[in-house]
Amino acid sequence: MSNHVEIKNAVIRFAGDSGDGIQITGSMFTHESAILGHDISTMPDFPAEIRAPAGTLAGVSSFQLNFSSYEIDTPGDQPAVLVALNPAALRANIMDLAPGGAIILNSDAFTKSEWQKAGYASDPLADHSLSGFKIYPIPVSSLTLAAVENTGISRKQAVQCKNMFTLGVITWLYDRSIEPIKRYIDKRYSAIRPEMAEANKLALQAGYNYADTVELFTGKYQITAAKLPPGVYRRVTGNEATALGMLTASELCGRPLFYASYPITPASDILHELSKLRHFGVITMQAEDEIAAMGMAIGAAYGGSLGLTGTSGPGMALKSEAIGLAVMTELPVVIINVQRGGPSTGLPTKTEQADLLQAMFGRNGESPVAIVAPATPADCFHMAIEAFRIAVRYMIPVVYLSDGYLANGSEPWRIPGPEELPSMRVKFHRDRDMPLPYVRDPQTLSRPWIVPGTPGLEHRIGGLEKQDGTGDVSYNSRNHEIMVGYRAEKVRRIAEVIPPLTVSGPETGDLLILGWGSTYGAIRHAAENARNQGLSVASAHLKYLNPWPANTGEVLGRYKHVLLPELNSGQLRMLLRAEYLVDIIGMNKIMGKPFLMTEIEEKIQTILGGVRPLKTAAVTC
Amino acid sequence: MLMNEQATRNEHVQQYTRKDFISPEAVRWCPGCGDYSILAQMQRVMPTVCAELNLPRENIVFISGIGCSSRFPYYMNTYGFHTIHGRAPTIATGLAVSRPDLQVWVITGDGDGLSIGANHLLHCLRRNIDIKIILFNNRIYGLTKGQYSPTSEKGKKTKSSPMGTMEAPVNPLYTAMVAEATFVARAIATDSDRLREILLRAARHRGAAFVEVLQNCNVFNDGAFDSFAEKAVMEERTLILKDGNPLIFGKNGDKVLKMRGGSHGLEFEVAPTAETPADKLVLHNEKSPRNYLARLLTTLDEATLPVPIGVFQAIDRPHYGAQLQDQIAMARKRNGPGKLFEHLHNADTWSVT
Ligand code: SF4
Repeated sequence: MSNHVEIKNAVIRFAGDSGDGIQITGSMFTHESAILGHDISTMPDFPAEIRAPAGTLAGVSSFQLNFSSYEIDTPGDQPAVLVALNPAALRANIMDLAPGGAIILNSDAFTKSEWQKAGYASDPLADHSLSGFKIYPIPVSSLTLAAVENTGISRKQAVQCKNMFTLGVITWLYDRSIEPIKRYIDKRYSAIRPEMAEANKLALQAGYNYADTVELFTGKYQITAAKLPPGVYRRVTGNEATALGMLTASELCGRPLFYASYPITPASDILHELSKLRHFGVITMQAEDEIAAMGMAIGAAYGGSLGLTGTSGPGMALKSEAIGLAVMTELPVVIINVQRGGPSTGLPTKTEQADLLQAMFGRNGESPVAIVAPATPADCFHMAIEAFRIAVRYMIPVVYLSDGYLANGSEPWRIPGPEELPSMRVKFHRDRDMPLPYVRDPQTLSRPWIVPGTPGLEHRIGGLEKQDGTGDVSYNSRNHEIMVGYRAEKVRRIAEVIPPLTVSGPETGDLLILGWGSTYGAIRHAAENARNQGLSVASAHLKYLNPWPANTGEVLGRYKHVLLPELNSGQLRMLLRAEYLVDIIGMNKIMGKPFLMTEIEEKIQTILGGVRPLKTAAVTC
Repeated sequence: MLMNEQATRNEHVQQYTRKDFISPEAVRWCPGCGDYSILAQMQRVMPTVCAELNLPRENIVFISGIGCSSRFPYYMNTYGFHTIHGRAPTIATGLAVSRPDLQVWVITGDGDGLSIGANHLLHCLRRNIDIKIILFNNRIYGLTKGQYSPTSEKGKKTKSSPMGTMEAPVNPLYTAMVAEATFVARAIATDSDRLREILLRAARHRGAAFVEVLQNCNVFNDGAFDSFAEKAVMEERTLILKDGNPLIFGKNGDKVLKMRGGSHGLEFEVAPTAETPADKLVLHNEKSPRNYLARLLTTLDEATLPVPIGVFQAIDRPHYGAQLQDQIAMARKRNGPGKLFEHLHNADTWSVT
């Protein structure tokens, strides 16, 4: 025992029934890893049903964590360790485990009826089907029950503590102290459910002691802290960072934040986060439907607040008419779309990037909006601020395209200081001598923000076409063309205030891998690995999707090939090809899952004449 | 921030006249349309509203959806927002809740408010948002040229129902009642003095006010309300609701509306006032928090019973915006006013050097 093996990173996946507390186990371990200074990246995966039948494949919930001593941006392609609390969890996750990986499983749960329920024809522990892996069977249920025996909690509650037992085992395996986790349990639960907090701590300790005593594992693994840029860090999920960014935008603008939303997976956490901020004067309203949420945000923006709404794809479809109203009335609203698998109800808990064209074109008439997309969970903070910076400067609706993978994934975030944030103080128009609501700023083409309550500037706006300048209703055909032109040109001019597209890797070369949204980590590291093998591969990431940075076309032209991996059938590729006439190669995956780094690496090999065959499921076109 | 701006609002608002509320826009309803009268009464009552509530004109906003009635904001010389079909209550909600210093009116119609936007209307009333909703009910679709509306009587023959409609109409006031509206009233567009009085009452109400205005569309549904709204029959066919008074109507108040329990359940009947002892008369009470009588009065059969006009219900209940401001104050008391950078650091943090 106790020979320490130093490793650089570890990818662990916890899996169990959705009632087993898998998500909380994962986030506790993540929390500890972050505090120890590792870089982390996480990926939760849970069923759409609140409680699918216990023990079935449909009910399996999992949480994957990558923690490392160097900078990472993905939760890792393949876990090296799988913790499976029942046969269904094993069956649903085994195909992702690295060859030769370790499986820590709850042997108490491998009864005939349980493995049958999971769809196994024979006992997987006995039939040699797991022979390529290292198996560590532990009677987790019975050991947990014994550990919490004297706490006075019910048997059902006692069984629920088994996730803590496995956490104790894993904590030992990675040579950690369980004290921070105990403190975390105390902080979160001792006030509300003291007896459960106690039982959880006992189970945790029991798991740790068990691993320490029984000679199950040959050694411990040690991972040193990562070298992140200096600063103060905290862990954030994409949804948390989005909420923090929106709040920050409001403070920077000096205008109150108004958030209206209808609960929808995976965007609801933004509503929960912002609802806690009454002391900032943040107003949150749970609207009666998606349309109402959009209408409320428009009303608030009309009144001078930062009008914000958030949803996922189906809700976006419902909001589209009202977004058109914001386009016509040129009001600064931000619409968050945390994309999920579609169409229709689709895959509520799975990720996808298939709403880009909807954001671009999903309204009647010529109805352009600005679009931004964060690249990582922590980047959500920055891009949320950008969304409002653009909205108020150009008096325009901005769509903020996040996705399920960013929303629930987490990573360390270096908290910025005030000096690092943009200045975006808002001034309303109050000049009585210039009373016209549609007279445009010559540089930005934005119209003045005149809020009700301003004396002498009473005027009427609405969804009917406006007369250039006066804002009166106009059915004049020439005027209509002029106004359509203004609305489009206004979006184009945003390119003047957004950063240029930057490239990591060679400035010119054989291959540029371009991405947008949550594919950032997989693309960046795949390109890096290719460079380490001596290939001429660069990567670049578009965070502004309408308009694109001014140098986009020029950057694309500097490489022999351009590859664009997207979690859709090629939406951005279609737009870029149409605009720049560059023959971009697509790489598309529509499986509700993010790209693996290896999938992109294989594609690089194929393009650059490598020999490694494709063996993943990613579709290419 | 806006919350404080209202405190610094003008102490003494200037005296306005009707003219101050007439916008330069040419009014474009059909000649003879009932909408003209509603517009005129609104413009006439506004100076009183502003004086009474110490409200400058720039703090008044009219928000509408789509339909003939929804052109209304263009003609008022206040702030105005002509939005999209059915959604005016949502835009008004966002505005009223974020700007408690404003007086927000919603102008809607039977199609806009009770068909495409019925959901929003319900929720706006239930939340008791501080907005005044004026629903012009002409029982027809005017702007789209004559299809039946959700308030059209069953069997109505229109362009889209040549053999007659097959749908039971929705009752606007009853709908408002079940949506827990705190202020519910009905007026007739041509009955100008009373209409003005009701608009003033709505303006004074803190919370969601709902007013149904029966408005004749002389092009597509002419005479829809003639059977009781014509000057000649009005006294006999309408019941003017007065707070604290019995349900008396007719020439010199000679008739009384009475309730009778029997094998049909509870029924209304009309009886001579002279034959009814004063202590047997039921009194109308707008402020009663459990106003069962007011609820029933919204459901009277128009053909056989008088049509009640006036304020059915005016209950004092904290409105959404007031409760929200309370929560904000409470949260600030509890946590102190929000400080951004403290908040960003308010988590389990660690330092990298
Ligand atoms: S169609 Fe009817 S409601 Fe519309 S403006 Fe003409 S008369 Fe009035």
